[in-house]
Amino acid sequence: MKRRKFLKAVAPVAIMPSLIDKLSFKAFPSPDILRGLTNSEIPNDHVLVMIFLNGGNDGLNTVVPLDQMSNLANARGNILLPEGQLHKIVDKQIGLHPALGGFKTLYDEDKLQIVQSVGYPQPNFSHFRSTDIWASGSDADQYLDSGWIGRFLETNFPGYPNGYPNPDNPDPLAIQLGSNMPLLFQGDSAQMAFNVSSPDIFNVNVDPTSDPAPNTPAGEELTYIRTITGQINDYAEQIVSAYIQGSNAYSGYPAEGTNYLADELKAVARLIKGGLKTRIYMVSLYGFDTHAEQVVAGNTGTGVHATLLKFLNDAVFSFQRDLEQLGEADRVLGMTFSEFGRRVISNGSVGTDHGAAAPLFLFGNKVQPGVLGNNPVIPSGANVDDNLPMQYDFRSVYASVLSKWFCMDAMTTDDILLQPFQDLPVIKDTCSVSFDPLDPTGGELKVDVYPNPMVDRVQVQVVSPGGYSRLEFFDPLGRVVQTRNLGTVARGTYTYDLYNEGYSPGSYYVRVQCGSHQQVKLIQIVR
Amino acid sequence: MDRQAFFQVLTQRRQRAASGPMTLNPYSGPWTETQAIHLLRRTTFGFAPDQVDTFVQAGMQAAVDQILDVSGPAPSPPVNVYSTTAEPDPDCAYGTTWVNAPFNLALPPQYFQARTDTLKAWWAGQMLQGDLNIKQKMTLFWHNHFAVEADTVQIAQVMYYYLAALQANCLGNFKGLTKTMTLDLAMLRYLNGYLNSKSQPDENYGRELQELFTVGKGPGSKYTEDDVKAAARVLTGHRINPFTAPLSYYFDFTQHDTGNKTFSSFYGNTTITGKAGTAGANEVDDLLNMIFNTNEVSLHLCRKIYQFFIYYEITPDIEANIIEPLAQIFKSGNYEIKPVMETLLKSEHFYDALSMGCVIKSPLDFVGSLVRQFKGVFPSPVPDPLPLYLTWGVLASAAASAGQNLLDPPVVAGWPAWYQSPLFHRVWINSDTMASRLILINSITGAGYNLNGILLKLDPIPFAEALPDASDPNVLVEDTIIQLFGLPISQATKDYYKSFLVQGLGDAYWTAQWFAYVGNPNDPTAKNAVTTRLNAMLREMMVQAEYHLS
Repeated sequence: MKRRKFLKAVAPVAIMPSLIDKLSFKAFPSPDILRGLTNSEIPNDHVLVMIFLNGGNDGLNTVVPLDQMSNLANARGNILLPEGQLHKIVDKQIGLHPALGGFKTLYDEDKLQIVQSVGYPQPNFSHFRSTDIWASGSDADQYLDSGWIGRFLETNFPGYPNGYPNPDNPDPLAIQLGSNMPLLFQGDSAQMAFNVSSPDIFNVNVDPTSDPAPNTPAGEELTYIRTITGQINDYAEQIVSAYIQGSNAYSGYPAEGTNYLADELKAVARLIKGGLKTRIYMVSLYGFDTHAEQVVAGNTGTGVHATLLKFLNDAVFSFQRDLEQLGEADRVLGMTFSEFGRRVISNGSVGTDHGAAAPLFLFGNKVQPGVLGNNPVIPSGANVDDNLPMQYDFRSVYASVLSKWFCMDAMTTDDILLQPFQDLPVIKDTCSVSFDPLDPTGGELKVDVYPNPMVDRVQVQVVSPGGYSRLEFFDPLGRVVQTRNLGTVARGTYTYDLYNEGYSPGSYYVRVQCGSHQQVKLIQIVR
Repeated sequence: MDRQAFFQVLTQRRQRAASGPMTLNPYSGPWTETQAIHLLRRTTFGFAPDQVDTFVQAGMQAAVDQILDVSGPAPSPPVNVYSTTAEPDPDCAYGTTWVNAPFNLALPPQYFQARTDTLKAWWAGQMLQGDLNIKQKMTLFWHNHFAVEADTVQIAQVMYYYLAALQANCLGNFKGLTKTMTLDLAMLRYLNGYLNSKSQPDENYGRELQELFTVGKGPGSKYTEDDVKAAARVLTGHRINPFTAPLSYYFDFTQHDTGNKTFSSFYGNTTITGKAGTAGANEVDDLLNMIFNTNEVSLHLCRKIYQFFIYYEITPDIEANIIEPLAQIFKSGNYEIKPVMETLLKSEHFYDALSMGCVIKSPLDFVGSLVRQFKGVFPSPVPDPLPLYLTWGVLASAAASAGQNLLDPPVVAGWPAWYQSPLFHRVWINSDTMASRLILINSITGAGYNLNGILLKLDPIPFAEALPDASDPNVLVEDTIIQLFGLPISQATKDYYKSFLVQGLGDAYWTAQWFAYVGNPNDPTAKNAVTTRLNAMLREMMVQAEYHLS
């Protein structure tokens, strides 16, 4: 049981000591009961697509600070990009790499957010350690065994994988395509990712035997393998059916087989269109560890780094256009990240060594567009060890995604990230639904509750216009005590049961949200 | 209670329930198939039933001694099986080795990769066909420890020297091996040592030498960022000469930093005196002497050995009763590897029931067990070695598609299965990689696994014949389970497996089929009848989770 759930369950106790005994037996309900109570707490159908730039992307040659050109020329003359080829954002004094023309277009269309100098204090220069720090959301000197996405999903889908898939959650919670970062998806107790990189999973059919697993290390590993095998059976069909029902709309994708990142994002777009309810997709672009031959000497706008950024540019731009034409762009947010940037000073091999802070991109219809932060300052006599100081902790970006995109409340966000982080204005606020019990307005949505007053159970009848729906139960102090995610429902009439989980008598509210409509009903609890 | 504390409580609860004898005392319990199979599973890439018998007969001491006897001759090096008459390899004729070839930019570009591919196939071949001892698994351990990626190095010759050095020293001296690796051409290229110079020091190798290869990141390891920089300065000047055939190492003292290098209190504030001229190369020895003087090297290595050969979880008990005494043996034995392995493989703890069946087979283990357990027959290398290399290559690719690309680990830390907490070897198993295992099983027990013109099909008969009594379906199922699984199986499940042999017709039906085959082994109808039924049963067993444990 998650600490937050526990606190939520015991919250009324603080003001009503007489209920302690009644509630105590509920402190550790079985996962099934817990899921019935809470289901997913994510109040929308939003999707996050993460793009890992594997190897450490050179931020200074990705988002070039135009006001630092002369010092950059001193520090990294052999890899300095020709200023004339940069895609300039003049008022921000930055120039995007020559390969990032599509990113510039998205910026001009208010669909791109560039966060400057994202990193963490005491940067670590080891690839795998720094990757672990980004994946886990740890401090530099802290070793965590779980990842921030793993904790986020586990908080919202408690008990996973036991009892999954289920009617509310028929699909994988997170999918990695051509990517393998298990720590990112590791919860406190479960691995939340489903990996899809080849069509093999669609051709497997296994009848697992069910001899009980012994209570030994071998038994634990046995159970793990059985679970994964079961997921293949369960999820492959869902993915195939979404893929068949889905489609792509944009015709400008790179030709298949020429840009694997674009191929993967194209598949993601199709799955989203096909109705797969997966929340997180992760893809990777490999090869950013450009110690040598990062650019072609004498033609620095070309070379390995340019090729990689062109891959990224074409893939992201096509994906965004596709989502727009498919009508899905409002619910998809993209984010790039990399384990570190690179040194200010280039090396003798026309490359750059491991560095620290670097810019990060967020893209989509709902980003708060712009450039956050200032240009990094390049010292005039840069030293070989010089690294850029961070302006924003990477976990502030995570906090913004959790709170503004997935609408986690502040306490939950802190709990997932293990400490509070500053929220950044990088995503438009998609969460604030003003709740005023005294002004329950609603369009075509009609909600009735019976019986009212209630004792043990109330039936909530919803005449729904359809859409992504959610039902909440508020206590007299306006706190949510129960949440039911109803998923995306068709127009029609539905009935749901709510139970009195030991609440004290008083005035409670049932709130139903279907798409943009909401209705609130007052209900009395009596003994 | 925060998340981490909560998690620890959960794991400790399970450990208490499952703690067995935690000593390195010599094992003196029963020596049966169970123990012999455990030893073979953990130290080889698969074994057939008759080989198990030999190891049972030998007794524990002799069995372990045989596993640790790696004195057999090294195989001849990999050869050119890729060039065509129209486009010959300018450095070596078809069928001869390329390993001594110079670095030749005139080589047709596709042959750079082709050589690496033959090297991968060649090593896979030794895992799949080599002597039944620890040599290849121990070499894999060192490859994972001193990880190098062929894809980055791109010169197959130096990858061969690297691999040959690991094989030759797999049970030798670890300190010596560390020096060999420090100056190894593939390693120099992989971690940029060949670019490390006094004017532009490159910290890459100096960092990994400490973080991964020697003292590690354990709780007692307190080396500093300045130690990384100092080590990098010590290591300046080591170079690759690409103009010799074979490629060679040399020391360029003009690129060596001759200043003194001072280390932190973790290394006793040691100062390594800078040396001018060719003597600068000897600073490597000063550096390794300093590093190997700490206790952390032996602790770090014994933890990794433990996690590779026994289980990933190192509890405080195991740290105190297994790791620490083993580390003492290692350090006081001047870093000889063999005594450490011998102590571990002959210990009570190794044969504890709780140490058995709890390791998830790596993809290479999985592929190896498919081939060796069923006595897979390989093409002859003469007159044309190509079919043999293709067969090895198909099996290496199968392991790669299940997540383990030999000689191309994902990062310098090796494969995540051997370092990534908390999943460790569970990393081998995700929907993708498990599916690829299941597909391979389905194919080889069915119509065959077809890749690059090579068709792999399982012939289950040699396996069945090597068991005590294949005519009785109950005994056959029982014995097959012992060979394939490390966990007890219920009677209901045994009956389920048997149903694939008898197909609802009673035991006598199978017995008659088997004797029909034995009486007339060349009759294709009789042979086919038992083959298809055996394969159906084996398929059903191999897709189960139990089969993927070691």
